[in-house]
Amino acid sequence: MICMRMRGVMESTLVAAAMTGAGIGSAHAGLRYNMPEGVSEISRSVYSLHMAMFWVCVAIGALVFGAMIYSIVRFRKSAGAQPANFHENTAIELIWTAIPFAILVIMTIPAAGLLIKMDDTSQSDMTIKITGYQWKWHYDYLDQDVSFFSALAQDSNAARQLGAQIDLKSVDHYLLNVDHPVVVPVGKKIRFLITSNDVIHSWWVSDLAVKKDAIPGFINEFWTRIDVPGIYRGQCAELCGRDHGFMPIVVEAKTPEDYAAWLDAQHAAKAQQTAMVNGAALAAAR
Amino acid sequence: MNNLADPGPRKSNRSVLFQAVVVCLVMFGFGFAMVPLYRAFCNLTGINGRMAVVATETLAQSDLTRVITVQFVANRNQYLPWEFKPEVSSVQVHPGEIRTVTFFAHNLRDVPMVGRAVPSIAPGEAAKYLRKLECFCFNEQHFASGEARNMPVRFYIDPRIPPGIDTLTLSYTFFDASPQTTMVGDKTAAGS
Amino acid sequence: MSEQVLGHDEHDHGPDPQFLRRWITTTNHKDLGALYLWFSLLMFLVGGAMALVIRAELFQPGMQLVRPEFFNQMTTMHALVMIFGGVMPAFVGLSNWLLPVMLGAPDMALPRLNNWGFWILPFAFTLLISTLFMPGGAPAGGWTMYPPLVLQTGLAFPFLIFSVHLLGVSSIMGGINVIATILNLRAPGMTLMKMPLFAWSWLITAFLIIAVMPVLAGAVTMLLMDKYFGTSFFNAAGGGDPVLFQHVFWFFGHPEVYILILPAFGIVSHIIPTFSRKPLFGHASMVYAMSAIAFLSFIVWAHHMFTVGLPLAAELFFMFATMLIAVPTGVKVFNWTATMWRGSLSFETPMLFALGFVFMFTIGGFSGLMLAMAPADFQYQDTYFVVAHFHYVLVPGAVYSIMAAVYFWLPKWTGHMYDERLGKLHFWLSTIGVNLTFFPMHFSGLAGMPRRIPDYALQFTTFNQISSVGAFMFGFSQLLFVYIVIKCVRGGEKATAQVWEGAEGLEWTLPSPPPYHSFTIPPLVT
Repeated sequence: MICMRMRGVMESTLVAAAMTGAGIGSAHAGLRYNMPEGVSEISRSVYSLHMAMFWVCVAIGALVFGAMIYSIVRFRKSAGAQPANFHENTAIELIWTAIPFAILVIMTIPAAGLLIKMDDTSQSDMTIKITGYQWKWHYDYLDQDVSFFSALAQDSNAARQLGAQIDLKSVDHYLLNVDHPVVVPVGKKIRFLITSNDVIHSWWVSDLAVKKDAIPGFINEFWTRIDVPGIYRGQCAELCGRDHGFMPIVVEAKTPEDYAAWLDAQHAAKAQQTAMVNGAALAAAR
Repeated sequence: MNNLADPGPRKSNRSVLFQAVVVCLVMFGFGFAMVPLYRAFCNLTGINGRMAVVATETLAQSDLTRVITVQFVANRNQYLPWEFKPEVSSVQVHPGEIRTVTFFAHNLRDVPMVGRAVPSIAPGEAAKYLRKLECFCFNEQHFASGEARNMPVRFYIDPRIPPGIDTLTLSYTFFDASPQTTMVGDKTAAGS
Repeated sequence: MSEQVLGHDEHDHGPDPQFLRRWITTTNHKDLGALYLWFSLLMFLVGGAMALVIRAELFQPGMQLVRPEFFNQMTTMHALVMIFGGVMPAFVGLSNWLLPVMLGAPDMALPRLNNWGFWILPFAFTLLISTLFMPGGAPAGGWTMYPPLVLQTGLAFPFLIFSVHLLGVSSIMGGINVIATILNLRAPGMTLMKMPLFAWSWLITAFLIIAVMPVLAGAVTMLLMDKYFGTSFFNAAGGGDPVLFQHVFWFFGHPEVYILILPAFGIVSHIIPTFSRKPLFGHASMVYAMSAIAFLSFIVWAHHMFTVGLPLAAELFFMFATMLIAVPTGVKVFNWTATMWRGSLSFETPMLFALGFVFMFTIGGFSGLMLAMAPADFQYQDTYFVVAHFHYVLVPGAVYSIMAAVYFWLPKWTGHMYDERLGKLHFWLSTIGVNLTFFPMHFSGLAGMPRRIPDYALQFTTFNQISSVGAFMFGFSQLLFVYIVIKCVRGGEKATAQVWEGAEGLEWTLPSPPPYHSFTIPPLVT
């Protein structure tokens, strides 16, 4: 929807605006200031929609602000401007009602199409159930008998305590790292079911352009298909109490082979654990 | 100024006040009326996946040309220390075919407890096509201390289910409905 | 009902000389207007202090100053105090002060109700703010009070609910009074379409208030019943639905947003023509636009809830309806621009604030348009992008309009001119501060920072530091505003009746300051 050239222009303008406006040097080379394009077809469409709307706003803004600034400069009393006395013009009022209306109708067409696509969870390859807890996530791979909790990583948790004397730069992905990431294969349509154990939470990973509320007693669903292997991070997006800011999400997207290997390792670990428990029980029985 | 002293505006002020208060009371009532309205709306459209359609035994023909995967998901609320899981995680059914599946629940406390299962269906549009003939969610479930048992769900899928839906998830969340316990709040001041 | 109006002949005396009795028992619209405005200024400073606690903690990553639970109390209380204590009472105060003098009436139609409406407020806020000192602290579930989280609130819970009830009652009283005044006490000859736009904006606002504040009261009553009386309105275990609360709340909440901005439209529609020395462009279309916005505000509420799992049809409907609001809002901005076009502009402080309003409110409108697109909203929802959006429409929007109004009518109210040099300084400091605070929030939100978090990942540091610096700059600039207002009340250059060269309207025909009872003889409007 937006060509590469415009995107480049926009990015440099935004960076320039942010930097000069802030008076802060270029210390942060990798400063993120825009929505990520993400790693799925849907997330790229969302990004395009976002940028298209942004440019529509910029264009309208240029017209309106331009007219206002022109008036402010040109029709100053101190510059000797004499006031006119017109105060209505039906034709022009109709035009500036109709044109924005038309623009909006045009904008809703791609938005509605995208919404319909995002809503279609059919023909999925696998299902993962997410359960929100105060303040961690639980993942359950349906049909795989794999499930685990995923909570804020220990080093982040230590560093985020009030008065902790820990250099945050030494912490691996401060506040955005978990003990057990949710591992998924790339190229597969993954359907997520989401619910909550206590209050409302919201599962959000911006690289996947998915955000859905976890509501106690109800089940919601959404889907994604990740194109690129990698680690994608997100956070809880609905205020859920004291540690709302401390329940991140980490999605690890692996190739199908690596994913299968990971799944096998999970099964093996589980079997070993069961054996150990049984062994202990047996020993206790003796 | 005398025209202000005549009873005209005085009466009129009173009637404006009266009418406005009536509007307020009506809107206050409307806030409450949104509860049944919302429920009616959900049942009408089948959204929200929460309606429990109780079906009779009379049944249309099975549609053998379609196969729908029905997944079963069990959740339990924070206040209910039970084990709760479906016996099978999913089944494949033809629309119209009657199936019975069971859920296993185990009261891990050493006191008798009452649980109530709240159903929810995803996708929401599918909810009104899932017909239950028998379900443990129809009633409160009383469990003796340490009791464990299987509970059946008998259902079929209405063959009129829209063609786009190939997977349907039936989820139950078990809540504590024991008379002496409070269901929400009063845990710790976790929100504060 | 109204003794002021009825027994007018014997009432040409001034205020009660005894200080406390005067202010507690007053039914005079100017006294009550002043009380409302001073009270809202106090609440603005209290809520602002809470905002500065938030910004201080967010100045750098890591937890330095407060615990997460206290941080959540600050965000919750900041919102409640600013909305119900800062902006709404300020608009009610302005309506009190201005409607009788604009409409040619001696006073408000229901003066005793007026007194009551104001004096409920200090009690309501005492209840609310006292929760900060309770074991377990103040409410921390967000001003939106979503269950089940809000039901985890401790001792503070009933105080929260009761204070919301009181605030609602107070607003409703203010609203009823405005409706009665506008419908009954207009000067002979002032038809509805000749009525000043501030009165129009308040008439529409008042209808919104009496339509939706009771719905909020109903919603919080249901919360109270769920918590203490074992009902299950919002509890899934008993057949309820937590999402239903969000529907009820936002059915109130979205019109509430327009309650907070419509009077601002009215104010700006007075100030821009005055300093453009040219009549307002499209008086009638302004009225239609405001009515359209008010109507649409009832059918867009679920755009606050795109992520709760609404059915597709509902998401499509609420997306279309929301985008429609941009049309009448755009008409208003175009009308203001056309008013300035070929005018003769001068830039006194009220005009600066009004222009700041139009520019920055429009920026907030643009981000609102982006938020309306449901697929993109999944990325914006509950991030700092939303925080940036609603602060742009509320701070340089609603709050700027209130400041513009104060500077504009202060010479009329006090009989003294304010210090123009300091006023302009206040404008520029505020404007730089407000943009430093809220503009970077667009970036941090898009980059992935959720709202209502007490600590953040290192990648968000730069923008948060800019925001914090800006917030302190904006916050402390408001002390200058307090100083300017007090200085103007105490004395200064004498203001003429006309005050501003281009000012039009009945209020400018009265001397500055106007007599205790505004129009004892109704003026004839032709």
